[in-house]
Amino acid sequence: MTRILILGIGNMLWADEGFGVRCIEAMADRWSFPTNVRLLDGGTQGLYLLPFLEEADALLVFDAIDYGLPPGTMKLIEGDDVPAFMGAKKMSLHQTGFQDVIATATLMGYRPASLALIGCQPVELEDFGGGLRPLVAARIDTALQMALDILARWGVTPTPGGCPSPDLAHPSIRHDAYEAGRPSDRDACRTGDDRFFPGAA
Amino acid sequence: MGATPNGFNLDNTGRRIVVDPVTRIEGHMRCEVNVDDQGIIRNAVSTGTMWRGLEVILKGRDPRDAWAFTERICGVCTGTHALTSVRAVEDALQIKIPENANSIRNIMQLNLQIHDHIVHFYHLHALDWVNPINALKADPKATSELQQTVSPSHPMSSPGYFRDVQNRLKKFVESGQLGLFKNGYWDNPAYLLPPEADLMATTHYLEALDLQKEIVKVHTIFGGKNPHPNWLVGGVPCAINMDGIGSVGAINMERLNLVSSIIEKCIEFNNNVYIPDVIAIGGFYKNWLYGGGLSGKSVMAYGDIPENANDYSSGNLHLPRGAIINGNMKEVHDVDQRDPEQIQEFVDHSWYTYGTPGKGLHPWDGVTEPKYELGANAKGSRTNIQEIDEAAKYSWIKAPRWRGHAMEVGPLARYVVGYAKGHEDIKNQVDGLLRTMNLPVSALFSTLGRTAARALESEYCGRLQKHFFDKLVTTIRNGDSNTANVEKWDPSTWPKEAKGVGATEAPRGALGHWVRIKDGRIENYQCVVPTTWNGSPRDTQGNIGAFEASLMDTKMERPDEPVEILRTLHSFDPCLACSTHVMSPDGQELARVKVR
Repeated sequence: MTRILILGIGNMLWADEGFGVRCIEAMADRWSFPTNVRLLDGGTQGLYLLPFLEEADALLVFDAIDYGLPPGTMKLIEGDDVPAFMGAKKMSLHQTGFQDVIATATLMGYRPASLALIGCQPVELEDFGGGLRPLVAARIDTALQMALDILARWGVTPTPGGCPSPDLAHPSIRHDAYEAGRPSDRDACRTGDDRFFPGAA
Repeated sequence: MGATPNGFNLDNTGRRIVVDPVTRIEGHMRCEVNVDDQGIIRNAVSTGTMWRGLEVILKGRDPRDAWAFTERICGVCTGTHALTSVRAVEDALQIKIPENANSIRNIMQLNLQIHDHIVHFYHLHALDWVNPINALKADPKATSELQQTVSPSHPMSSPGYFRDVQNRLKKFVESGQLGLFKNGYWDNPAYLLPPEADLMATTHYLEALDLQKEIVKVHTIFGGKNPHPNWLVGGVPCAINMDGIGSVGAINMERLNLVSSIIEKCIEFNNNVYIPDVIAIGGFYKNWLYGGGLSGKSVMAYGDIPENANDYSSGNLHLPRGAIINGNMKEVHDVDQRDPEQIQEFVDHSWYTYGTPGKGLHPWDGVTEPKYELGANAKGSRTNIQEIDEAAKYSWIKAPRWRGHAMEVGPLARYVVGYAKGHEDIKNQVDGLLRTMNLPVSALFSTLGRTAARALESEYCGRLQKHFFDKLVTTIRNGDSNTANVEKWDPSTWPKEAKGVGATEAPRGALGHWVRIKDGRIENYQCVVPTTWNGSPRDTQGNIGAFEASLMDTKMERPDEPVEILRTLHSFDPCLACSTHVMSPDGQELARVKVR
């Protein structure tokens, strides 16, 4: 049976950088998968992901990616283009990390045979402690639909209903909890403040 | 410019070389140096160019959740931040953890040290010394002979094995996916290894990759998941149920056996591969003794790995605590993170203000009030700095000081403190290594010394990991399977106001979190991370920081290929990713390399 890894990567503390991780949470909230599918919050830790890649025949990644397209644009990249495209262009802020992971898996001879990358062009990244911008948050549904299409091609049909998984972020930092407990932009002095981001004011 | 109070002669008249960042996931850093007409570094300036307001993110949150946020600060030492955070909260609320929780936390922390050290050496730092492209020229038979000389007990040493690896490497290089090995200056004369040593080391690069993905499984077993394992204020989140057939997620004999086998693999790799490689590779670079910086002058360690739970006194810690100042190894001062006179952060050269110049603040009273301004001699604009003016404010990193002294932290600092204190294990390791390599103690205070201390520490941590595993198993056999103390889980049991400090030794150095809790919520949270100490800017008195000091007086073979800067900055295992731009005197960009 094909072993499938669905991975969300990025740093949830960096505004739209959290897109990938939030997609995984939404996926786990809404769908239930057969046992050959694993959902994983990959966070920010590149090499830590190698053992999971080794155990996968197919890899689907959610990530915030700077394609140089209008904010909120979704783009799917598949197969050999995933690492090649990553090498050619600055894709995401942690690209070195994940690009290296794929290169390393290739070098070691266990790169998953199928690769797919679902990326969203971010609105805002210069906001440590911020959350997903509404435009990007609204793309989670699109990203999930794109993923379901790919999974269908890979022979997987999930059933509605959630799938609790130990591989997700701790409840205190899931999307809703994170947003609810966030200090206001003004208190946190995060955006639009000339003292931190020169040129913004 | 003259001499600094901590003993460095600065001269900024020579050509300026600028090191500037691109990636930021693990922090932003920029470095500028002036070189004289001999190519020797005569002035060094380290700048943190990124603002991270963790303090504000945590304000108002539940202190029991702080670990989950701090774990996401960066992509490298996440578990250590989590451990430091739960220690700070436990300290504030006077929560005592069970012995089993102490043993499990120690195993996780030691495991992270070993993982980080091995990955750092083989996958980040080795390429500063080892040339994988040159490995393609090696004779597999001669490599096999070299391997058997360097480490007779390492089983993977046949000519056929090295031939296979060489073919694999060749295929990888020819496929054009040089990703991992690009950005190297492979024809720079600073690379000194013969092809056989390059092949041996590159082979171990691959062996280390295989090992590291096994090592991290310990975090999945005890932390429930990985990356970003789970932690718990009051203990550890995993239950122990030895006869628990069917108990989901609990620690049972099968899982403990897996941990035990991973611990053995770590010990084997350290003994058969890591230490012998450092000796073999180091042997070719024995004359490259640059990069000592502050290590022979002022070093500090908080200490870590308590033998008994809840006792953070110096005598109970396996990794030593102490501070050495002005090179006086005969006197090791104790370090107290609570003492407002000891650890203070200064901001006269940082883009913050305390209102009054020259003031230092203890982290419990820390203030993060930004003030971004460039000095009169800075070049470029506020949004695109070409050259920093280090006489003014020039970094987003504050300048932490111990009793006013700039300190180096990290494996070498820990080993210098341990050596000076007569720590038996550390002294034996260091003396043994120096004897084998026929080097004096002074050789320790160098870039290579930093790299060697990390390897020795990995070996020591391997033994400690086994010690705590045995201790855990014994305690469980004796009928104690308690892993968490939840007596004070409910915030109604907490005082109205409390403050605490958590300290650990992260792989890259002393890490502290200071927390104030009010009405069950976080009132103030300050992290002083190792790279804040090492990457700190100048302070009010003009003392330069550890990165700055380490680059001083280094000779660059080719100033347009800053291999030497990379070697030394990498030797700190800095928690940042940045990119180096080397500027010619007229400001034209000559080269660009990654520093991480």
